[in-house]
Formats: sequence, structure tokens, C-alpha cells
Amino acid sequence: MATVEVKAARKSFGATEVLHGVDIDIADGAFCVLVGPSGCGKSTLLRMIAGLEHVTGGEIRIGGKVVNDVPPKERDIAMVFQNYALYPHMTVRENLAFSLKLRGADRATIAERVKTAADILGLSQLLERFPRQLSGGQRQRVAMGRAIVRNPQVFLFDEPLSNLDAKLRVQMRTEIKALHQRLKTTSIYVTHDQIEAMTMADMIVVMHDGRVEQIGAPLELYDRPANLFVAGFIGSPAMNFISGQQKNGAVIAADGTALPLPGAVARQDGRSVIYGVRPEHLVLAGPSEGVPATVDVVEPTGADTQVFTTMAGQAVAAVFTERHEFKPGDRIALRPRLEAVHVFDAASGQRI
Amino acid sequence: MSQGVIDGGLKPPAFPALARALDNRLVLSAIFMFPALSILLVFLTYPLGLGVWMGFTDARVGRPGEFIGLENYVSLFQDSVFLLSVFNTLVYTAIATVLKFGLGLWLALLLNNALPFKAIIRAVVLLPYIVPTVLSAIAFWWIYDPQFSIVSWALKQFGLIDRYIDFLGEPWNARWSVIVANVWRGIPFVAICLLAGLQTISPSLYEAAALDGANAWQRFRHVTVPMLMPILSVVLTFSVLFTFTDFQLIYAITRGGPLNSTHLMATLAFQRAIPGGQMGEGAAIAVAMIPFLVAATLFSYYGLQRRKWQQGESND
Ligand SMILES: Nc1ncnc2c1ncn2[C@@H]1O[C@H](COP(=O)(O)OP(=O)(O)OP(=O)(O)O)[C@@H](O)[C@H]1O
Ligand SMILES: [Mg+2]
Repeated sequence: MATVEVKAARKSFGATEVLHGVDIDIADGAFCVLVGPSGCGKSTLLRMIAGLEHVTGGEIRIGGKVVNDVPPKERDIAMVFQNYALYPHMTVRENLAFSLKLRGADRATIAERVKTAADILGLSQLLERFPRQLSGGQRQRVAMGRAIVRNPQVFLFDEPLSNLDAKLRVQMRTEIKALHQRLKTTSIYVTHDQIEAMTMADMIVVMHDGRVEQIGAPLELYDRPANLFVAGFIGSPAMNFISGQQKNGAVIAADGTALPLPGAVARQDGRSVIYGVRPEHLVLAGPSEGVPATVDVVEPTGADTQVFTTMAGQAVAAVFTERHEFKPGDRIALRPRLEAVHVFDAASGQRI
Repeated sequence: MSQGVIDGGLKPPAFPALARALDNRLVLSAIFMFPALSILLVFLTYPLGLGVWMGFTDARVGRPGEFIGLENYVSLFQDSVFLLSVFNTLVYTAIATVLKFGLGLWLALLLNNALPFKAIIRAVVLLPYIVPTVLSAIAFWWIYDPQFSIVSWALKQFGLIDRYIDFLGEPWNARWSVIVANVWRGIPFVAICLLAGLQTISPSLYEAAALDGANAWQRFRHVTVPMLMPILSVVLTFSVLFTFTDFQLIYAITRGGPLNSTHLMATLAFQRAIPGGQMGEGAAIAVAMIPFLVAATLFSYYGLQRRKWQQGESND
């Protein structure tokens, strides 16, 4: 187990810089999730930590030691690849034993470690099979097994669940989390699925275009997103944004609708802002106390009902756990819960 | 036509019997197989059968010959020239194959890495394969010329030898010379096939192996080699077959000489049958190659190619 520190890490492929100075401190034993849209540089950063990509600038430390020029095999890390990268010509047992064999471990140790890993992951019945003879979920487990037999300092996962179907994904998510609670090995997990990030992480690093947008615990990011990008990225369904101008303790939208502001927001009349409120923080209100909205589409999912409306001239979604019989065209009034309203500066996108 | 009515008002076929026949799997497959089958029969089975038959006769050019049983084979096994040609063929095939694979694999590995001017180099590598055999044979003939050999000249300029090498005049010199020519011609095929094989290996396997602690040699040994085995065995089979039956290169460079020391079974068979006129004996020599070829094919097919991990069948 070890800490992982990334200091002002930069990465260029030829002339194009894809990481523009990334700083992350990961505590010993933490489960850190790197999340961000496709192409933001998550895999690149992970591969730099693994030693598979050269570090163009900055420093990467594992257990306090700078590893920029340490080859992958000496970093004592294990990685689970998106396509699993199992050796197709080896049985599950040989796949699991390969790294130990290369290290010159004796037979008894190998057998024992393989058995322990297989028991943890429920692979005992499959040890003599070849990867081709396994289902996607089983292959995924073998890939994890290959990582845990070595008992490494750090686990790296690059979207390990993206090839699985939705149900298996949820199951494996829980298994990985349970495995981490059991082994307590520092883990870095890349995903672009924010639900995965929210459910698994101790700390989430939100990345965007080669930069870190915000680092924090899952609920911290949900409750206090630092900027528009994080606000829009974390949470599902996504946060509603309405642009307007601050005036007399409210935000006036382009069509003149007034949106109530929490008292904590500094008063600065005339400032252009973005008013953000999550769909689950809009409650149905009487016409006098809410903001008027027109229902466009209603999507009941059983557990809750999503209602897409037009409010203040802009598309706004709301989610209700109680059931309502809305029809398209109905006029309703919605009241934002003031303590859950976020206001961002329109120019910089930063939280006010 | 009741058929048309049952078909729900579709237009009835013009020739119902023919249409029904064409729906029959047997008829249909017979029709589709006919062209390939007739080509195989006319151009492969018939000559092969004729050759095998002629091996049992004393046919000569212009005379059909009579059945004489195993007489040709009995006399061949007492014929020192034939036995020498078998030895030559085995030496030629074994050494040339080993060299072609060693160098071809090395070249493929080089080409698979980032190289400057990769496209040009790849094209150049293919060159020996594109040049017609006889043309390259003539080139080698010049390279090996006792007086004008560029190799001898160059070695002499460097002061490594003081007398021109008699490449094609001494048995072992001649054997090595034709082997070099064959290797030169055969490398592109091996290298390009293996390069294709290398490019199908997922880079993440190498990355996984590197993280698992494998050094460059271990990655080659435990990832590259096993992953390349299927294509390697196919290429090996073809290469052995082509080399074993080689004719053009030898015939153009040495015609089997000196003292029959470069006669392969194929060149000897031709020599005996056409210029020598002994069709029966030539055919017998050619037929004698068949067991070797079958053995080589079976070995690579069962020994190397059919790996369990590729079959994808389940164990239970
Ligand atoms: N070998 C490479 N050469 C050039 N550019 C590259 C290379 N690898 C990645 N990039 C670029 O770097 C950027 C980040 O890529 P990266 O694979 O890290 O994205 P990602 O965040 O993992 O995305 P995804 O969620 O789609 O996997 C992309 O713009 C990509 O085009
Ligand atoms: Mg990626």
C-alpha cells in the first residue's frame, strides 16, 4: 500500500498537449475515481502512473518516491485493462500465476496465492479454462485476480466495467468496492460513468480537457460543485441551468421571470450569472409561491417521474418521487429549494 | 398451377421442375462445386494419378510403356545419385527453412517497431519476392561467377581472401550458394506473413506483461511466440513445401551440378524424365517426394497449428 501523488503532470503527444498540469494527492488506501468526458485524458494519466506512458513534465510519486523514470515492472502496481488483456494462450490458473512465476516465487507460494485469489473472486471452478471459454464477467474477474495475486502497492483500473451489460456492471461495481474494503489497497479507477464514480469513490477527481476541475468526496461534489462543468457533470439527471442577471436578491431571466436566490449569495446587482438547480430540488408549489412552467414531456419510471418543462423560456427538468398526472401543455409552478440552489458567474463559470 | 396458389398469389415459376430442383440442397451444392471440382480433377488429380501410374511403368518419351511394378523404385534405392538428391533436398530444405524463419522473424520484429521510412522499407523487403525467379537466379549466377563475382571482388578488396572463391564449382560451396539464393527469395514471404501476425497481437498484452514484470525477452517468449504460433505453423508448412519442391532456382543457377551435389529431387526428376527421356523413372522420383511432403504437412498441422486455446470449445 502506498500514497500516490501527481505533481503538475503534463503530457504531450508530439506537439499536442493533452494534460496541462495535473495535481492529485491520493491517500494511502483510498479509492480514487478519475471521471470526465471522453478524451479528457483519464487513461493517459492512469497510464503515466502505470509507467506505460512517458511523463512529459511534472512528477509522479508512489509511496513518496519519484517514479518518472522507473519502468512499470518496478513500480509494484497492477492494472486492470478495459479489454482485460488476458493472455489467450494461458489457462486462468496460468494467467493468475504468470506474474508470480516471473518473480521466481516457489510453487507452493504460487499455488497458495492463486487459490486465495480464486476463492475471493469465485474462480475456483474455472481455473483450467482458457479465456475464450469464459463469459465477459468471468474474464473481468480473472483480470482482477491477476491484479490481486501480486498484492501490489496500487491498483489501477481503466474502465474495467464498460464491456459488461448494465446488470453485471452494477454487480461488479459492488464486488470491486467490497474487494477494496477487504484489501484496503490504494486504488485509482477511471470511468466516464458518474454513477460509478459516485458509488465507488472515497475521492473523485473530475477532469475536463486535460485539467482537474475539482477534487472531493462524492457528496461534496454533488452539494458544492466548484464550477459549471462539475455542476453539469455530476448528478443524474443533470442540473438545470438558467442564465440571467442578479437584481434585488433574485435572478432575473431573459424573459423577466424572477428566480429566488438564497441569502448567502453576495448581492451584486447587474451581474450576469447562471442559476443552477438540480431536478430533484424543484418542488411543486402553488401558483403564488412558485415559478411558472409549462409541461412538455412526462417520463414516469415507476420509482419517480421526470417532467421536462419550459421555465423562464428555457428547458428545465424536474423529478418527483410522488406521482402526478401531468399532461403536456399543463401549466404548473415549481419552487427551487433555496438551500440547494447554485449560482455561477456567467463569465468565469466559477461558483459564487 | 396449384403451387402458385399455395404460395399466396406469387407468380408461378416458369419451369416448376427446375425451380424445385434448384431448391434441393444436394443439387445446388453439386452445381456450385462443379467448377472447382473439375479444375481440381483436370489439373491436379489427373496429372497426379498419371504420375503415380507412370512411376510403375517403363514409359519413355514418345512411348507409353508397360507396367513393371516396383522396379523403378527398387532401382532408385540402389541409385547413388537419387540418394544424393534426397540428401541434398533434406539439407537444402532444413537449412534454408531455419535461416528463412530466423531472419524473417527478425525482420518482421524490426518492421513492427517504429522505424524511419517504414513504408519504403516494407516495399523494399518485398522486392525479392516480386522479381521473377529466373531473373533473380541470373543475378545470383553473376554474383557467384568464378571470374566476375562481386562478392569475391569485395572480399579481395578488403584483403580477406587472396583467391576468387569458386562458388559453384565445389559441392558444399554450391550447396551453400543455392541455399543463400533461396533464403534471399524466401525471406519476404516469411517476414510479411509474420509481420501480419505480429500486428494482430494486442498491444495491451505487452503492457499487461510489462506490468506483470516481464522483461523484453520474457515478453517475446511468453507473448509474441505463443501468439504467433498459429500463423507461424501455416507459414512454416508453406515454406517447407515450396522449398522442398524447389526447381527453378536450382535449374537456373547450377542445373544440379557440380557432380550432382545440388540436385534436388525435383530437378533430378525433371532431368531423368525430359532430357533423359526416362519418363517412368522421373515420375517415380517425383512420387517419392510425396511421403516427405505429407509428413511435413501433418507435422505442422497437428503439432503446431491446432492449439486448444484457439478452438474456443468448452471443457465441460
Ligand atoms: N498515442 C496517442 N497519440 C496522440 N494522441 C493521443 C494518444 N493517446 C491519447 N491521445 C489523445 O489524448 C487525449 C486523451 O486521451 P485519453 O485516452 O487519455 O482519454 P480518456 O479520458 O481516457 O477518454 P475515454 O473516456 O474515451 O477513454 C485524447 O484527445 C486523445 O486523442
Ligand atoms: Mg480511456
